[in-house]
Amino acid sequence: MNAHTGIGASILRKEDRRFITGKGNYVADIRRPGMLRGVFLRSPHAHARIKGIDTKAAAAMDGVAAIFTGADLAADGVGGLPCAWGVSNADGTPMKEPARSAMAVDKVRCVGDAVAFIVAETLEQALVAAEAVVVDYEPLPAVVSMLDAIRPGAPAVFDDIPNNTCFDWECGDAQATAAAFAKAAHVARISLVNNRLVGNPMEPRAAVAEYDSGRDHYTMWTTSQFPHVVKVLMGNFVLNIPQHKLRIVAPDVGGGFGVKQFLYAEEVITTWASRKTGRPIKWINERSDGFLSDAHGRDHVSEAELALDESGRFLGLKVRTIANMGGYLSTFGPNIPTNLYGLLLAGVYTTPAIHCEVKGVFTNTVPVDAYRGAGRPEATFLLERLVDVAASEMNIDKVEIRRLNMIDASQYPYQTPVIVKYDSGDPKACLDTALKEADWAGFAERKAASKARGLLRGIGVCTYIEACGLAPSRIVQSLGARAGIFESATVRMHVTGDVTVLIGTHNHGQGHETTFAQIVSEMLSVPTDKIEIVFGDTDKVQFGLGTYGSRSLAVGGTALAKATNKIIAKGAKIAAHMLEAADTDIVFEKGSFKIAGTDRSKSLGEVVGAAYGLVNFPIDVLEPGMEEKAFYDPVNFTYPGGAHIAEVEIDPESGVVELVSYVAVDDIGTVINPMIVGGQLHGGIAQGVGQALYENCVYDEASGQMLTGSFMDYCMPRADNLPNMQITTQSTQCTHTSFGVKGCGEVGTIGSPATVINAVVDALSHLGVNHVDMPATPGRVWRLIHNSATQLRAAE
Amino acid sequence: MKVELSINGRAVSADIPPSLLLSDFLRENCELTGTHVGCDTSQCGACVVHVDGVSMKSCTLLAVAMDGRSVTTIEGLAGTVGAELHPMQEAFHVNHGLQCGFCTPGMIMSAVDFAKRHPSPTEGEVRRWLEGNICRCTGYQNIVAAILAGTKAMHAPQGD
Ligand code: FES
Ligand code: FES
Repeated sequence: MNAHTGIGASILRKEDRRFITGKGNYVADIRRPGMLRGVFLRSPHAHARIKGIDTKAAAAMDGVAAIFTGADLAADGVGGLPCAWGVSNADGTPMKEPARSAMAVDKVRCVGDAVAFIVAETLEQALVAAEAVVVDYEPLPAVVSMLDAIRPGAPAVFDDIPNNTCFDWECGDAQATAAAFAKAAHVARISLVNNRLVGNPMEPRAAVAEYDSGRDHYTMWTTSQFPHVVKVLMGNFVLNIPQHKLRIVAPDVGGGFGVKQFLYAEEVITTWASRKTGRPIKWINERSDGFLSDAHGRDHVSEAELALDESGRFLGLKVRTIANMGGYLSTFGPNIPTNLYGLLLAGVYTTPAIHCEVKGVFTNTVPVDAYRGAGRPEATFLLERLVDVAASEMNIDKVEIRRLNMIDASQYPYQTPVIVKYDSGDPKACLDTALKEADWAGFAERKAASKARGLLRGIGVCTYIEACGLAPSRIVQSLGARAGIFESATVRMHVTGDVTVLIGTHNHGQGHETTFAQIVSEMLSVPTDKIEIVFGDTDKVQFGLGTYGSRSLAVGGTALAKATNKIIAKGAKIAAHMLEAADTDIVFEKGSFKIAGTDRSKSLGEVVGAAYGLVNFPIDVLEPGMEEKAFYDPVNFTYPGGAHIAEVEIDPESGVVELVSYVAVDDIGTVINPMIVGGQLHGGIAQGVGQALYENCVYDEASGQMLTGSFMDYCMPRADNLPNMQITTQSTQCTHTSFGVKGCGEVGTIGSPATVINAVVDALSHLGVNHVDMPATPGRVWRLIHNSATQLRAAE
Repeated sequence: MKVELSINGRAVSADIPPSLLLSDFLRENCELTGTHVGCDTSQCGACVVHVDGVSMKSCTLLAVAMDGRSVTTIEGLAGTVGAELHPMQEAFHVNHGLQCGFCTPGMIMSAVDFAKRHPSPTEGEVRRWLEGNICRCTGYQNIVAAILAGTKAMHAPQGD
């Protein structure tokens, strides 16, 4: 049994049944007695002073229960939304951290800023009343581009923050890097943009809140990746609700990708309004409101230089990045383009000196925060584009230049010049496997075949490393995190020997109900169908920091293994008593406690039965029952890495780029369920391909309006935009997690943008093209081909 | 306005506003929340149901227009083949064709209609058919595999 459902088995998912039969329980599906519907009225202006809000006519309309504005919240003492991660400027002073009220009071700072919450008996009534709310705006000049925002005289997003600058952060060693550049034989340079993305999980954000006046108690169901964190941030810092009076439930959640790992104003306001109205309230974001209110991702402008010696060895790396924070600081906003970016700039290379400066900038746009990969795709994109530029300028093969500079497996643990210390890895092995899987050697032939069909073919390679398993609390607190980021799990063995696990991570597609069951199955030899994984309810689960940063298995899984080990340890004591042996003589094997070297044993079931039945149980020394809990704080990040290779075909007539093949070889540590890992890789790569070829969130610079506010304008990858991807894992073991797991949730998204763009540039390299900004849309590529061809002709 | 229709084989009659969308009617009035709403521009396909056996986006249909029609939702799909699971549902499970599950009901309903029309499809045909169904989680690879397998199962001779 154990061999089938334990570690390494591609067992089918336990959670599928409810989803394929339409029985999922998403927030929008929840219905409470007497429930009202709420809608938010959002600012149509990118930047405006609110001179007044007249709700009188709207409030008198049919079915309207209440209308709330920012002033109402302020009058009731509702606090601002906190930022959970502060960073420091290079000079040691703290970043600028403007207050962020839950609803705009005096000013709106981006299109989509909420200005009123309209609550009515039905959704239609709320929507109609929202139209009747009159907001007197005084429009102000807006700034949406980061480069514009830091120009002298730019409109100020916050009146008291000069140059719209939130922080000027740095990492690495400026002096050592300057010295490295002074002795360089060649310096490769690149300027690039990391395009703004909208995460767009398919389930729009939603909340249902209910205040029980009899108990003075609140419950909120929300589309969150981290219900306990919502409980702490919202209860403690915003609404002043004692923790024991607040229950947050994140039931089935339809995808997160980072978008749902922040405290959102709508959660706060819906909860607060449920007490004000005395009725449960449901709010569901419409998709177009999601574009205007879900935190966005990426949005960098960067310049980077790589110093090399004459043989192509990397001597130093200098990076200057401007990162968009949007109109407010989101929960983790400042952390993403700093710690999760700068600290990854060594990549898999031995570059001895690195210096990175990042300027965080406020603009009149939706706040920017973590989106799948969060900082690490940006670091990888910059580094891997720059390496390709260096290779081409120095006429070195792009695989060879990577191999030449790679950290050798023998060098682990490897201390980078940017704080992090990689515990394990073998990037050369991943690269070699990827070259084989992708038939790198046969590319010339395929290129010729494409050419015969009138198509330009390119091949791209990217090697990467990332830091995940958030987080070793001591390290991240030294980097600005305002709390620890540990995890916890409870293993409850029922009297029958069945198991319920209560865990603080959150499953919203990752397959945790199966993977975590496999860990327990492996350790206790209980089949997975006798194991239930419970998550997402703060009244059931002790505590937890949630799911993001590919942390669930590395941190949550390790907490789970530790709790399970406590079960085994207690079981051994009970078995020793039952078998009249010494504790130290008991071994646990295949679900039985044995006296070592004998055939005398008690099954786990018998031991658990004794723990509850208290027959033949050492009651004088042990507590009854069989339930154990572990809290676990990791000692380091985990460092998955790998090598990805893509091939594209470009139609020079139309500029259309077709991704024709994708090979990923990833070192994600021990694999619990290969089928689930494959799915995580497919989805992650698809999102990275989306960034590279399709997705772009665009604001009109003059008006500050979002031009890509729906699925009609924002191109989500469709099935026919993607090839079948070839996924291989080639793992080294993490040295500090249970079973050596590292995490796989984000690797696909981290490796793929650079891989695909490197392939696109390769296809166009004969035209002198050395960079293409993302997304490489047909229009952009066609213009590049056309302009380069014209220039080439002119030069001839 | 009065409307009489069949939903998952059951006769339903209701008095509803003429502007009510079929998706809202199913979710709110009939408590069939398996039909999801993922967008407001009719692009995502999370809301696909069958109307007289043909896949349609329920967010683009008025409930009153369903008068006299027969609507099948994900909750009633297995019933159409008298099994616990429709072969396409089974195929999504076996091929890991879902992650968060939000797009899944629409995907499955859309896939069943596709399979009826294309008894032996190519991968490319599946991918093109899915133009109207967005999944953010799976990268579509296992959805495509599931639809190919489910189509085969649907057309397998009885007793196979
Ligand atoms: S909800 Fe119908 S297509 Fe998106
Ligand atoms: S499984 Fe999550 S959107 Fe498709």
